[in-house]
Amino acid sequence: MMSKVKNAKDFWAGLMFIVFGTAFIVVSQNYAMGSAVRMGPAYFPTLLAGMQIALGVVVFVRSFLSKVENGTVAKLHLKPLMIILGSVVLFAVLLKPAGLVIAISALIIVSTFGGDDFRLKEVLISTAILVIGSVAVFYYGLGLPFNLWPELGN
Amino acid sequence: MTELIANLSLGFVVALSATNLMYCFFGVVLGTLIGVLPGIGPVATIAMLLPVTFNLPPVSALIMLAGIYYGAQYGGSTTAILVNLPGESSSAVTTLDGYQMAKQGRAGPALGIAAIGSFIAGTVSTMVIAVAAPPLAEVALKFGPAEYFSLMVLGLVAAVVLAHGSLLKAISMVVLGLLLGLVGTDVNSGVARFSFGVPELSDGIGFVIVAMGMFGFAEIITNLEQGEETRELLTQKVTNLLPTWQDMKDCSGAITRGTILGSALGILPGGGALLASFSAYALEKKVSWNSANFGKGAIQGVAAPEAANNAGAQTSFIPLLTLGIPSNPVMALMIGAMMIQGIAPGPQVMTERPQLFWGMIASMWVGNLMLVVLNLPMIGLWIKLLTVPYRLLYPAILLFCCIGVYSINNSGYDVILTCVFGVLGYFCTKLECEPAPLILGFILGPMMEENLRRAMLLSRGDPSTFVTKPISAVLLAVAVLLLIVVVSPALRKKREEAFVED
Repeated sequence: MMSKVKNAKDFWAGLMFIVFGTAFIVVSQNYAMGSAVRMGPAYFPTLLAGMQIALGVVVFVRSFLSKVENGTVAKLHLKPLMIILGSVVLFAVLLKPAGLVIAISALIIVSTFGGDDFRLKEVLISTAILVIGSVAVFYYGLGLPFNLWPELGN
Repeated sequence: MTELIANLSLGFVVALSATNLMYCFFGVVLGTLIGVLPGIGPVATIAMLLPVTFNLPPVSALIMLAGIYYGAQYGGSTTAILVNLPGESSSAVTTLDGYQMAKQGRAGPALGIAAIGSFIAGTVSTMVIAVAAPPLAEVALKFGPAEYFSLMVLGLVAAVVLAHGSLLKAISMVVLGLLLGLVGTDVNSGVARFSFGVPELSDGIGFVIVAMGMFGFAEIITNLEQGEETRELLTQKVTNLLPTWQDMKDCSGAITRGTILGSALGILPGGGALLASFSAYALEKKVSWNSANFGKGAIQGVAAPEAANNAGAQTSFIPLLTLGIPSNPVMALMIGAMMIQGIAPGPQVMTERPQLFWGMIASMWVGNLMLVVLNLPMIGLWIKLLTVPYRLLYPAILLFCCIGVYSINNSGYDVILTCVFGVLGYFCTKLECEPAPLILGFILGPMMEENLRRAMLLSRGDPSTFVTKPISAVLLAVAVLLLIVVVSPALRKKREEAFVED
C-alpha cells in the first residue's frame, strides 16, 4: 500500500490532521454538548474537530491520487532538534533552582552542539558575553524577577 | 477635516513626548538590530522583545512594539540587499533586484531608496489610517455577534487564500489553530477544556508560546540542519547611501504605485506586508518602462516592493485598531500585547482611549522618519552584524526567546510548552504546512466561539441569521467568492506562478 503513496508530505500531513481531530473529539466527549441555542463547552470544538478530520481525510486520500511523484518528505535531522530543544528544557528546569547565570551558561553551551562545528574558545567567550549582557539587561536593567545564583538553604 | 487635524495633533503631542520618542527610538533600533539577522522574522522579533515592554505604560509599550515591527521590516530589507537572504518573507522580492544592485556596486543607493520609499509610503499610509479608521470604527460599533463571526470567517479565508502552497492544508492548519485556541477554561461554563488536569493549561496556551515555538524555535532548527550557509557579503563598506536625483526621478512612479497598492492590500484581512511586496513587484515588472532590467538590478524593483511592504505593514493596523481583529500574525501579536496591557482591542479603543489610538498612529510616522535618519549613519554597524557567523548568533537568539517566554508568567513550564510547539512547527515545515494560518486561527478561536454562541443565542438557534443579516451575508459571500476564485483552475495557475518567485 505504501508504494501507492505519491505524495508523502500529504500522506503524513493528512494523518496528522486526522489524529489531532480525533483526539479533540475524544476529549470533548467529557464535556457537555449543549444545544445550538445554548452551546456547551463541547459544541464548537466538536464541530471544528469534525471539520479537521474531514479535511485530513481529503488530504490523506489525495496523497494516493497525486500526479506529482516528488512529494517525498525532506530528511529529518533529529540531532539539532533534540539538542536545541534539550538545551531549552534544561534552561527551563535550571532557572529557578540554579539561577540565571548557570541556566544561561547551560543553554548556550549545550545548544552550541546543535551546529556542525564546535569551537571551545569561541563558545566560552560568547557564553561569558551573553551571561554578563543578559544579567545587565534583564536583571539590573529591566528588573525581571530572576535569581542570579542558586538559592541556598531550601 | 478639522477633526482630523485635532486628532492628529493630539496624537503628535503623545508621540512626541520625550519618553515616547525614546521608546519609539529603542523599538526601531532593536527591531532593526534583530531584523537584520537572517532567518528571524518580525513575528519572532516582536515575540522575543515583548517582555521588554511589560513594565511600560500601554501607550509607550504599543509605540515601542510598532517601532520594533517597522525596524524588523527594514532590517530584513538590508539583509536582502546585502547578502541575498531575506531577513523575513516580505523582503524576499527585494533580493531579486537589490542584490543585483549590490553586485554592481550600488548597494548604497539600493539601501537608500528602500529607506526613502518606505518613508514616503509610511507617510501616506499613516494618513490613510487617520482618515479611514474613524468611519470604519463607527461601522464596527454596529456589528453584532453574527457580523463579527462572518468577518472572522472572511479574515481566515482570506489568510488561507494568500498562504503559499496547498489550500487544503492551509485550511486544515487554520482549523487546528482554532482548536488549539480553545484549550483552557471555557468562559461560559467554567469547564477547563483539553487541559488534562494541568493547571497551567487551564488558563489556555499563551499566544507567545505558540508563535515563538512555531516561528522562533522551528526556524532555528531548520536553519541549523541546512548547515552554515554561505553568506556572500558583497561590500564591507557601503558608500553613497543617497540615491542620485536621477534615481529618485526613475523611482517616483514605482514608489507611488507601490504605496497605493500596499496601502490597499494591507487593509485586507490576511494581507499585510508580504502580499503587498509580492504584488507590487509583479505590477511594477509589468508597467515599468524599465521592466527589461528587472531581476538585473533595476532600482524600481527595490523601490516598489519596499514602499508597498511598508505601506501594507502600516495599514494592516486598521483592522486591528477598528475591529479588534488581527489580519496577520504580527497583528495577532499586537493584540496579545494589548491584552497583556489590559486593553480590549476593538472599535471602542478609539473613543475610550483617544490618546493611545492617535498617539500610536502619530508614532508610526515618527518611527518611519527615525528609520530613515537612523539607517543612514548606522548602516556600518548593521553590516558588521551581518558578518557574525550563525553558530554564534543562534544561541543568543535562543536565549532571548527563552527569557521572553519565561518572563511572561515567570514559568519554566511555558518554556517547555514552547518546545512542544517547536516540534510541531518543525514537522509542519517538513510537511509543507504553513504555520501562519495556524497562528491566526489560534488567536481567533476563542473570539469566534464567543460570537458564534451569542449569535446563535440571539437567533434562538437558527443558523440562517448569518445570511439574513445583510452585512454578515455580504461578508460570507465575499469569503465564498474568494474560495471559488482560488479553486478555479485558471487562477490557481496564476497563484502558483506568483509564489514561485519566492
